[in-house]
Amino acid sequence: MSSIQLWTTIAIVGSFLVYVVIAWRSRVKETSGFYVADRGIPTVANGAAVAADWMSAASFISMAGQIAFLGSDGSIYLMGWTGGYVLLALLLAPYLRKWGKYTVPEFVGDRYSEGVRIVAAIAAIIVSFTYVAGQMRGGGIVFSRFLELSVTGGVWVAAAVIFFYAVLGGMKGITWTQVAQYTVLIIAYLIPAFAVAQKLTGIPIPQVSFGQILAELDALSVEMGLKAYTEAFASRPQIDVFLVTMSLMIGTAGLPHVIIRFYTTKSVRGARYSAFWALVFIALLYTTAPAVGAFTKFNMLSEVQGKAVDALPSWVANWQATGLVTIRPDAAVITTVSNNPASGADLILSNDILVLASPEIAGLPAPIVGLVAAGGLAAAMSTAAGLLLVISSSFSHDLFFRLVKRDASDRQRLLAGRIAMGIAVLIAVYAGINPPAYVAQVVAFAFGLAASTFFPIIVLGIFWKRTTAAGAAAGMITGLVFTLSYMIWTLGLFGVPKHDHILDISPEGIGTIGAIVNFIVTIMVSKFTRPPSERVVEMVENIRYPAERSVAAR
Amino acid sequence: MAEATQTSPPGSGSAPPEKGSSGDNGWRKEYWRRNLRLMVILLAIWFVVSFGFGILLIEPLNEIVIFGFPLGLWFAQQGSIYTFVILILVYAKLMDRLDDEYGVSERDEEGRRA
Repeated sequence: MSSIQLWTTIAIVGSFLVYVVIAWRSRVKETSGFYVADRGIPTVANGAAVAADWMSAASFISMAGQIAFLGSDGSIYLMGWTGGYVLLALLLAPYLRKWGKYTVPEFVGDRYSEGVRIVAAIAAIIVSFTYVAGQMRGGGIVFSRFLELSVTGGVWVAAAVIFFYAVLGGMKGITWTQVAQYTVLIIAYLIPAFAVAQKLTGIPIPQVSFGQILAELDALSVEMGLKAYTEAFASRPQIDVFLVTMSLMIGTAGLPHVIIRFYTTKSVRGARYSAFWALVFIALLYTTAPAVGAFTKFNMLSEVQGKAVDALPSWVANWQATGLVTIRPDAAVITTVSNNPASGADLILSNDILVLASPEIAGLPAPIVGLVAAGGLAAAMSTAAGLLLVISSSFSHDLFFRLVKRDASDRQRLLAGRIAMGIAVLIAVYAGINPPAYVAQVVAFAFGLAASTFFPIIVLGIFWKRTTAAGAAAGMITGLVFTLSYMIWTLGLFGVPKHDHILDISPEGIGTIGAIVNFIVTIMVSKFTRPPSERVVEMVENIRYPAERSVAAR
Repeated sequence: MAEATQTSPPGSGSAPPEKGSSGDNGWRKEYWRRNLRLMVILLAIWFVVSFGFGILLIEPLNEIVIFGFPLGLWFAQQGSIYTFVILILVYAKLMDRLDDEYGVSERDEEGRRA
């Protein structure tokens, strides 16, 4: 066993023991503990849990790699996955907390109708499921590299582990485990970033120092047959950068597994501050990621440039075993590098390995490499657990309980939820083994779907009393069908041939258009249908004020 | 939503509405209008910094280089994120104040913040 493997094993097993102990100590038997953790989670802890829940394998493993290859246009992920919290904090979280229910479909059910609730539950399952598939892939890549399995084998190991404690813990277990996971993942992300920054520029704060290498990196990139790193719109047209960013932002605000976290705060005020803390914790990683992307690319390019194939550094061979790094068979000297297998470059690297490989590429010691592996797993698993919880609650609470068995006991509902989780894990394993794209892209599709289904009807439901059930149902269905069809059309899934992008709009960006379609359809249909009942209008009025008026205040 | 924010609330800055006026719901409208106005201002900043500086104006801003960073790229990959954090904090703080002013903040039995 190499020292890297040894340290990886120690880091992974050690961090796992911590999570399992926490999950076991806080395991729950009642529905309320399972889904909303009895509403007893402190604001800062809830913020850290939201951050861990939400920063997935895509953020940790894949994003800096994407940025390294996208250069300036990598900002779609950076802005897209942080800006959504502003929308969440200002438009949704406080009001949904005041409403005080378990699930997003439940809000939709109360505000609109039981029929819309079922549409929402199905949409929640589709969205969360797309997202889980990305996590399985991410976890699988980590296990594959460090246990020396194929990616397929790695995906199975990841699935077994994720299932084990999502099923065991429920929301309460998950919240505290996620606080621990956030700690692991942020340390694992920051230490190598600080070390690399210090090594390359002498300034240990990566956020400040990556500016120092940008000019050199531009020159090196051009030399290796790539676009200049800082050139805007080199990899995506401006309109697409705009739409993808918007789609990720409103998708963030519409993701059921993110929204559900704000139900666990003590108060409306707690929901606002949870959003703040969540973004603080997220920003710590997100402002570091572009530095990691730039540094790693710089190191990588300068290490392989002009080298003979048999004189390449050892990380190349280590990662070749996973199939995520390939060398063109007839190449003798590396002169071109790409992340696109079709480009015919001498060295092809998958986006998904850059962060995991960055400590090796920078020549950092083995314990740090191990720590990064543990961090990557923490990110994949915390998110997958949160998503599985949404799938299970949407299924048991919103579908099974309403449609199949109205007199189901708490026990039966928990069991139905757990079975739904199990089935979701199995399908996600299949999707993780045969992914349609990179981890970050798979995840971006989930955001597009969330943006075009939930966000418009929840916002309208809160801010426009006139929104009707028929309007919301029509809006959500058109949004979902429109967005999904465009994704299938341009990606060539399910046997549909692949088509060109229309007006330069990529499948990741279509969610923005889908959301606009949803808004328009919801408003139009609402105008032409009977206004909602007095009772519903009264409910909407009520969520606008955090508490009953008490003049003792102030 | 937009026109509601145009007119500035008549009672802003004055003492909170009196206890006796609990029957009329004027304060509710006023509270909501002030909430919406704050929201629109903050969202405008959100849009200008991220989509404005980071995407629409990135190329001209990139002409300015500060500490190695082309300015447009800095807004897109760093500045916008810091702005988002500050916007949420400002919102939470100002809403605390608004809730207190209109007496709708959550209190436990002793009148402390919940």
